[in-house]
Amino acid sequence: MEEFQPVIVAFCCHYCAYTAADMAGSKRLHYPANVKIIRVPCTGKVSALHMMEALRKGADGVYVAGCLEGDCHFRTGNTRATKRVAYVKKLLDEIGIGGERVEMYAMSAGMGEVFARTASEFTEKIRRLGPNPARVGRDNPGCATAACS
Amino acid sequence: MITAERKPIEDLINSVSSYRRILLLGCNECVTVCSAGGRKEVALLSSALQMHFMKEGHPFEIKEITLERQCDPEYVEELVPYIDQADAVLSMACGCGVQEVARRFKEKMVLPAVNTKFMGASERQGVWAERCAGCGDCVLGSTGGVCPIARCSKQLLNGPCGGSGKGKCEVDSDIDCAWQLIWDRLKALGMTEKYEENIPAKDWRTGRGAGPRKIVREDLAS
Repeated sequence: MEEFQPVIVAFCCHYCAYTAADMAGSKRLHYPANVKIIRVPCTGKVSALHMMEALRKGADGVYVAGCLEGDCHFRTGNTRATKRVAYVKKLLDEIGIGGERVEMYAMSAGMGEVFARTASEFTEKIRRLGPNPARVGRDNPGCATAACS
Repeated sequence: MITAERKPIEDLINSVSSYRRILLLGCNECVTVCSAGGRKEVALLSSALQMHFMKEGHPFEIKEITLERQCDPEYVEELVPYIDQADAVLSMACGCGVQEVARRFKEKMVLPAVNTKFMGASERQGVWAERCAGCGDCVLGSTGGVCPIARCSKQLLNGPCGGSGKGKCEVDSDIDCAWQLIWDRLKALGMTEKYEENIPAKDWRTGRGAGPRKIVREDLAS
């Protein structure tokens, strides 16, 4: 049987995790092609709705990767993101999807290895969990919510 | 503002599970400011409900609309083109909004998605606190701008009581003693003599004591 290939959406901060992904590329480090990176100016920009809609539209897992604690370019964006990820985890548990499908990670711009390892570990975790039980959007990616239109 | 909190997701799932088409209604006023039922909260709840029912294999359609104000008939009228396409309405407005929609569309089930809490103010980002009890006869002019009706657990007009300690209330150490706040404010204003004035027993008929209230402005009323 063909191995399940999860779709992972990673919201990456321009100043750290996205640069770390670049670093991973420069160092020719391998990480799974399952991870689709969305660059954001700061993880503080990522709202609960961004994470929920990624899952509703077909992602099997979502993670937010921001700066190390105390190193946010905008001072508190990463701590705000951490709280939002915790909120979404709780919400996902409540609706029966499972909070383990979202995660928050912290890394600096120079941590290419950490980026590659995080991407691999999270992909493996989601592979073990199996497909998102609410993959409404994979066949029909149109967004029904007003906030996304 | 009127503050509210979203009901637990489990309760909301149970309340809409017997319907297939839901009109999820937000309100652009107070519940937007207190992050309970504005456009963002509507989108988030919609996303959560859709995912839950997709997982359950339950056919479920949801339409999102956020009105400018759900407590005004002019805005509620905007729902006319959409109301027949829904089996029920799930409203994220305060109790006033829910009732206005129910009054206008008598044959449509209207369900509340939030618990309306109190009239309050933002203490800081994400924290709202009760400030006014709507007693109908404001005493703030005598109490240094701190309301003893809304902010004293016992609604004492001539406090504090014996349960005030280190500026906190005996009911909960997180609650400031309203009369301590009143005293501090009167001192800052140089008006401590106000504290000595007895506030007479309150006529609660201006509040909820004489049943539901109404304001009529003859110059405006049609």
